[in-house]
Amino acid sequence: MTDHLTYQGTEDYIVSNDLRNSVNISVALKRPLLIKGEPGTGKTVLAESIARSLGLRLIIWNIKSTTKAQDGLYVYDTVQRLYDSQFGDQNVSNINKYIKLGKLGEAFESTERVVLLIDEIDKADLEFPNDLLWELDVMNFYIPETGETITTKHRPIVIITSNAEKELPDAFLRRCVFHYIDFPDQAMMEDIVHVHFPELEENLLAEALKSFYWLRSISGLQKKPSTSELLDWIQALTLGGIEPEKISQEIPFLGALLKKNPDFDLTLRQLHGRGTENPARAKTRGW
Amino acid sequence: MYTNFFYQLRREGVSVSLTEWMTLMEALNVGLADSSLTGFYYLARAVLIKSESHYDQYDLAFQKYFQGIETPEQLMDQVSEWLANPLPAKMFSEEERNDLLQKLGLPDWESLKAALAERLRKQDAPHHGGNNWIGTGGTSAFGHSGFHPGGIRIGGESHGQSAVKVASERNYRDYRSDATLGVRQFEVALRRLRQFSTRLEGNKDQLDLEDTIAETCKNAGQLKLVWTRPRKNSVKVIVLMDAGGSMIPYATICSQLFAAVHKASHFKDLQFFYFHNCIYDLLYSTASCNPRKAVKTEDILRSLNSDYKIIIIGDAAMAPSELMMSDGNIFWDLGNAEPGITWLGRLAKKFPYNVWLNPIPEGYWERVHGYQTLKMVRDIFPMYELTLEGLDRAIKKLMVRK
Repeated sequence: MTDHLTYQGTEDYIVSNDLRNSVNISVALKRPLLIKGEPGTGKTVLAESIARSLGLRLIIWNIKSTTKAQDGLYVYDTVQRLYDSQFGDQNVSNINKYIKLGKLGEAFESTERVVLLIDEIDKADLEFPNDLLWELDVMNFYIPETGETITTKHRPIVIITSNAEKELPDAFLRRCVFHYIDFPDQAMMEDIVHVHFPELEENLLAEALKSFYWLRSISGLQKKPSTSELLDWIQALTLGGIEPEKISQEIPFLGALLKKNPDFDLTLRQLHGRGTENPARAKTRGW
Repeated sequence: MYTNFFYQLRREGVSVSLTEWMTLMEALNVGLADSSLTGFYYLARAVLIKSESHYDQYDLAFQKYFQGIETPEQLMDQVSEWLANPLPAKMFSEEERNDLLQKLGLPDWESLKAALAERLRKQDAPHHGGNNWIGTGGTSAFGHSGFHPGGIRIGGESHGQSAVKVASERNYRDYRSDATLGVRQFEVALRRLRQFSTRLEGNKDQLDLEDTIAETCKNAGQLKLVWTRPRKNSVKVIVLMDAGGSMIPYATICSQLFAAVHKASHFKDLQFFYFHNCIYDLLYSTASCNPRKAVKTEDILRSLNSDYKIIIIGDAAMAPSELMMSDGNIFWDLGNAEPGITWLGRLAKKFPYNVWLNPIPEGYWERVHGYQTLKMVRDIFPMYELTLEGLDRAIKKLMVRK
């Protein structure tokens, strides 16, 4: 394992052991790493962390519902060429001028090793992953218009994220290393928050996490708050100068954590129910 | 090597392919498992398992293959006394762990179990921080808060994350795909129900490259742009849902499916109706089956094209008379001239893309109260259970004509 790059995590991204293993396995096996997990568990940030840890350039290919596999390889701008030929002030015989490499093409062409992030692959059409099978396998593609073959000089480290909006085809899955990011437990969450807010007071953090995990434990929430929402919320709490004792009682700035109306109502009901069990609070209500 | 593990996985219902298995072998050859069972656990999982819904089956297979992890219940009381005042969890550095791994090697379950039995016989007091007796914070194979490459944790919290124990915790039980599902998963499954077509109404806002080139050539090289409509889903769906009393136990899952179907904005058309136990001459637009808000089944059969795909949700378990007799309707004041089974047959004939989703688990279909009618309905409609797997299969079925 001499020439293997080993990912160790970075200071600003807390990585669990098994995730780190999976990254290293995929790097060593030269297979794409497919990452799934709840929204907000840091799937996209992982690629940034890998790139930084290994000192490589990161190329991000954001997938949208209209993205086609071809877009990632290259685009032949025929319309531009037609226009140029119409007005006659350009030499259009050089087709190369109208071939624009996509993100995948860019990663293949790079003279140094890169990390390629294919973000939210499940957003695209069902056939999309299948169309990329060959290119990801052999890491080259052919441009018929110019008769060129684009081949990788250094096999890029490919990270693919998915939100499980669509099932991915089996043939595609077979070629990947898969990892499901678990929701972090409380201890790990503390580490994560510390990375983002090194100055945070301990009791504020403890209270915030207590409320946060209590919220997540409410059954029937349509969208459970995730890590990124927790970070926003803690930011709001510190900016708002909220006293730690108040956090679990009132859960201020609830809107930073919950994004759906029914969830809001449900939580307030639960919070109210919990409040009545608290004798001090019950007294202020005159019961 | 480990070939039986491969078959064990397949027996648990994880369809591991040979390609993936060879990848695992390749990975083991270059030493990616770090010569430890824990390393092997994560390596094999990353390479072989491609969905979190299979993690649980993987854990089970792992547990069975590397078996011998359960701590016998009757031993627990006695041992838990020895473990009552534990040392704080000892954190072992990577080097220390590797040293231990080298020294102790990977365990053999038979001897490990035998050793535990022997120690239970001999040990009579607490031992903490050591490397042999049952205790805490040490490197003995038995106890907790310590580290041993293949030990048995007895009580306490997991710190060292030894593989077999991780497997036995079955943390991913909730992700199994044959468990029943939530709104979002329904939506994902329904999203697959689509068929693209460009022959629909809509703005022509996409450049038709081929036609543009052809027209430009015809136009003697003067550029002439041709626009076309984007492809759109042309799938039309009818959903019929049983709102009868026997469906009450399944109300949650039905309302989730209801929410998902209505959220799915990608259908060209969606018709949603209710029925009570069985379908007769009327279908209802409210769950209370209010006859004033009813439409004639006949009208639906006549007015909707047979390219509609039909999804029926119901338990199909009823009194045989409700299905087979005229005037068998459970509402006595609503007689029906023709038996329910005739109507079901008509629907199936008119709409060849049809499925029946049953919230009763498939294992009970032969035994449940009302199994006779369930069987008869199954002869008319392909029936699937209302789980993620069942829905997936149903949707695949809906895309092809029988």
